[in-house]
Amino acid sequence: MIMEHSRIVRVQGDIIAVPATDIAYGELATVRSRRGVSLAQVIRLRGGEVFLQVFAGSRGVSTGDTVRFLGHPMQVAFGDALLGRIFNGSGEPIDKGPNLHALPRISIGGPSVNPVRRVIPRGFIETRVPMVDVFNPLVESQKLPIFAAAGEPYNELLARIGMRANADVVILGGIGLKHDEYLKFRIAFEQAGVLSRTIMFVHTASDPVVERLLVPDMALAVAEQFGVQGKRVLVLLTDMTSFADALKEIAISMDQVPSNLGYPGSLYSDLASRYEKAVDFDGAGSITILAVTSMPGDDVTHPVPDNTGYITEGQFYLRNGVIEPFGSLSRLKQLVIGKVTRADHGYIMNSMIRLFARSREVEQKLAMGFDKTPDDERYLKYGRLFYERFMDLNVDLGINDALDLGWKTLAECFRPDEVEIKQEFIDKHWPA
Amino acid sequence: MNGPTHGRIVAVNGPLVTCEVDEGREVLQNEVAYVEVGGVRLKSEVIRIRGRQIDLQVFESTTGLKVGDSAEFSGELLAATLGPGMLGMIYDGLQNPLGELENDQGFFLRRGQYLPSLDQKRLWDFEPMVQAGAQVRAGQYLGKVTEGIFPHPIMVPLVLLGTWEVKEIRSAGQYTVNDTVAILKSIDSQTQQEVNVTLKQEWPVKRPMRIYEERLLPDTQLLTQCRLIDIFFPLSEGGTACIPGPFGAGKTVLQQIISRYAETDIVIIVACGERAGEVVETIREFPLLEDPKTGKSLMDRTVIICNTSSMPVAAREASIYTGITLGEYYRQLGLKVLLLADSTSRWAQALRETSARMEEIPGEEAFPAYLESRIAAVYERAGKVRLNTGETGSLTLIGTVSPAGGNFEEPVTQNTLKVVGAFYGLSRARSDQRRYPAIDPLISWSLYIEQMQASLNTRHENWVDLVKKAHNTIFKGNEVRQMMLVVGEEGMGLDDLVVYLKSEIIDAVCLQQDSFDKVDQATSRERQISDFLLLMEMVDHPFVFESKEQAKAQMTHLQNLFFQLKYCPFEGDDYRRYRSEIESILNGKGVSHP
Ligand SMILES: Nc1ncnc2c1ncn2[C@@H]1O[C@H](COP(=O)(O)OP(=O)(O)OP(=O)(O)O)[C@@H](O)[C@H]1O
Ligand SMILES: [Mg+2]
Repeated sequence: MIMEHSRIVRVQGDIIAVPATDIAYGELATVRSRRGVSLAQVIRLRGGEVFLQVFAGSRGVSTGDTVRFLGHPMQVAFGDALLGRIFNGSGEPIDKGPNLHALPRISIGGPSVNPVRRVIPRGFIETRVPMVDVFNPLVESQKLPIFAAAGEPYNELLARIGMRANADVVILGGIGLKHDEYLKFRIAFEQAGVLSRTIMFVHTASDPVVERLLVPDMALAVAEQFGVQGKRVLVLLTDMTSFADALKEIAISMDQVPSNLGYPGSLYSDLASRYEKAVDFDGAGSITILAVTSMPGDDVTHPVPDNTGYITEGQFYLRNGVIEPFGSLSRLKQLVIGKVTRADHGYIMNSMIRLFARSREVEQKLAMGFDKTPDDERYLKYGRLFYERFMDLNVDLGINDALDLGWKTLAECFRPDEVEIKQEFIDKHWPA
Repeated sequence: MNGPTHGRIVAVNGPLVTCEVDEGREVLQNEVAYVEVGGVRLKSEVIRIRGRQIDLQVFESTTGLKVGDSAEFSGELLAATLGPGMLGMIYDGLQNPLGELENDQGFFLRRGQYLPSLDQKRLWDFEPMVQAGAQVRAGQYLGKVTEGIFPHPIMVPLVLLGTWEVKEIRSAGQYTVNDTVAILKSIDSQTQQEVNVTLKQEWPVKRPMRIYEERLLPDTQLLTQCRLIDIFFPLSEGGTACIPGPFGAGKTVLQQIISRYAETDIVIIVACGERAGEVVETIREFPLLEDPKTGKSLMDRTVIICNTSSMPVAAREASIYTGITLGEYYRQLGLKVLLLADSTSRWAQALRETSARMEEIPGEEAFPAYLESRIAAVYERAGKVRLNTGETGSLTLIGTVSPAGGNFEEPVTQNTLKVVGAFYGLSRARSDQRRYPAIDPLISWSLYIEQMQASLNTRHENWVDLVKKAHNTIFKGNEVRQMMLVVGEEGMGLDDLVVYLKSEIIDAVCLQQDSFDKVDQATSRERQISDFLLLMEMVDHPFVFESKEQAKAQMTHLQNLFFQLKYCPFEGDDYRRYRSEIESILNGKGVSHP
């Protein structure tokens, strides 16, 4: 039943309150104001008062405006007809394509998958980026963000890795995305020839802040349906820090006591309920989530990257245009390393990282003006080679070639008894 | 009480729902209530009573609830069902069997679906152990059934107070968990109360089970097969430990490996607000792994309580209590129980979320003021006890902590450190260098060394002193390292450099343990002793080197031998070969440089 209510009795931040009865928690409404029509969602019921968050923001809302309750929670259209289409932050098509009224609609933000219906992921995704494949391999159904400060080429990296995933369906969720960046994604999809299996939900930087909240949920609800149908879906979300900032604004408008830097205490759960949509279904498809989490002040302990790191299955740490070996982590790597990839993979990976850590220490030591020992020379050489052959994002190399290059690099700099690798692998792989 | 109490919803704020009951109706704190939405009943718990206004935390999504909808109070506290058939189960935080839900619900967890925690149809072979006329008290064994790896005693219900007389006891035979196997009669002739005993019983999860003769000092080591823990920071049966660490430092992997290899009868894993994928690994892999002690699958000694991060927050709070209650129950059966909770910070955050919605006055970082006492109360439920039956049982609790920003100066870590007996602090520096497990030997501690001294020294006559010496070497090695950063290697004496190199060997081959290598992932007690004593020979060895370059080259060679050794199966040919090579170097025959 659709009900109209006027009398907005309270406006605070992007929250409004109206007196109304028989309204369900979570229900959707439209608010018609001088600036147009906006979606709004019930976020609190208190006696005869209903509180709503207004997705287009409350600017321009007046006490005389009309609120219309729609009798259902937020929904999004679903069907194969979505492929190739582009939507805005409230799920309206913005690509001048045919309307989608005939499609069934599905609720967003649905319940979580029964853990018992998940399987252990095993699909190695070869990205040909050695810092990913060798040191932190990406696994189908993984949830993984790129941590980066402003100005880093994170969207390029996201697009590059994303295109390699070879998914059946690619869904882009743009949250506070710059218009240029959106266009770049489109071009990348076009060039990779995947545009026809891509769906874009794009909230741009100039759109209302609260509207950001819907994007991940719409993208993931659609992904979930395709996943259940057996499709391998890749979801790209950028930038999740913008999403968290929208949560912060709502929390502040609701007078919630912030836990850290103004973010609500529920930030962890709010982010987790989105990222946990990544799944490998038992007997159906999968959802892989690659996201961008920009780091305000390049600070990984900032609440958004911090909470994200506790939720996701690792992170790629992009700094100075390269994926940092330290701080980057793929937690699913052990599921594929040495199982899907070559048996020596794990050993060479650990050894190379350990030695690279030492070469960094040597660099620091020399920077402080200490003498260079002959050993130092070798570590420096190793550090240089590591950067050129593995870290440089222009390197494009298959996993086996990269592993071979790893052995070659070790042998060029070290003796076998210095690399801490099991003898059987030394015997097998150490270049003569 | 006259009939169930009803209420009407007056406010909905996320999982916090306020309802109003009629004047004069009785409502219990922590009582279970159900709110109804679209024909589905959602379970909730009373968390605050203010006159007629009752606050409920609903264990499910409250979408769709309306003001005026009805609530029904059960008159019963939130309780766990205890009995045979829990082993191998995967429960949610409210003890719903997730594996059974699977059958009728497909991929997703639909709200409002509650199933009995124990198989209702399965028949158990019951054998009586007492005769009619016997006088019994709560926790005493009336009989037993056989459950997989062990005989499962059937106890006088733990909630019963005072002494009871066995009026009837059923003969040996097959019974379901709901069948009566005994009838008890109160010896208080006034009341003449009678109680039917079935194979299962209930216990309110938030109340500690204190039905034992006495609490014992935890003085026996609980072997985890993780060297860093067993050698440097040993844990005792009935002890408590916390594992704080920044994200990705290795808390979960450490708990997973402990859950596999710890020498204990029962393992309870509480996945509290963490990733579903991590539980899946356990669920899928445990059935395939063999418990060396019983020869059966590891799943047969394991119960999983799983309330992962996207499952409802209120049930996350309950999950820890459900886990502990199950643990206490098995302890009543005279068993050694290990409970692993990952992560207690998520539980604390659940408290915080609820507290914020109740608009309580927040404390530090918006956690409620009672955080400290709640944490203490949880860890206090662990312990080793002598039961009324004369047997001993223990419940050991290891909780991970996920401090914001990896900074241990935050309320959950600090309040936990006040109450636990061992602290395994993971450091970002060590995990970045892939020095796993990333337990930082410079900050971690165990208070159990003192009280377990006698038991530890059965490993070797002055084991505790040797460990101290090794630990000291690590401290000294670190000092040298710090100094080297200031004065450079050229400013260091040769002796200092050797101390540093020795400490690096201890680190590389003893502290570091590869969880993903079949051999290295678990080290038996026997091997721990043998390898550690060899390592200490190296530490004690008076090496004579001519130059720093020589020292580095030769110690690197030695380190590599130790390193190869640790990957060889114990007492195998390769093991012996590397060992004798190391021994010949330490016996003064000098380092043969390759
Ligand atoms: N003992 C170990 N041996 C080898 N690798 C390890 C070990 N411990 C951790 N790792 C590596 O570190 C990764 C992260 O570990 P883990 O998931 O246990 O971190 P965590 O501390 O639980 O993080 P979070 O707080 O985010 O849950 C693992 O996926 C694995 O790659
Ligand atoms: Mg973890």
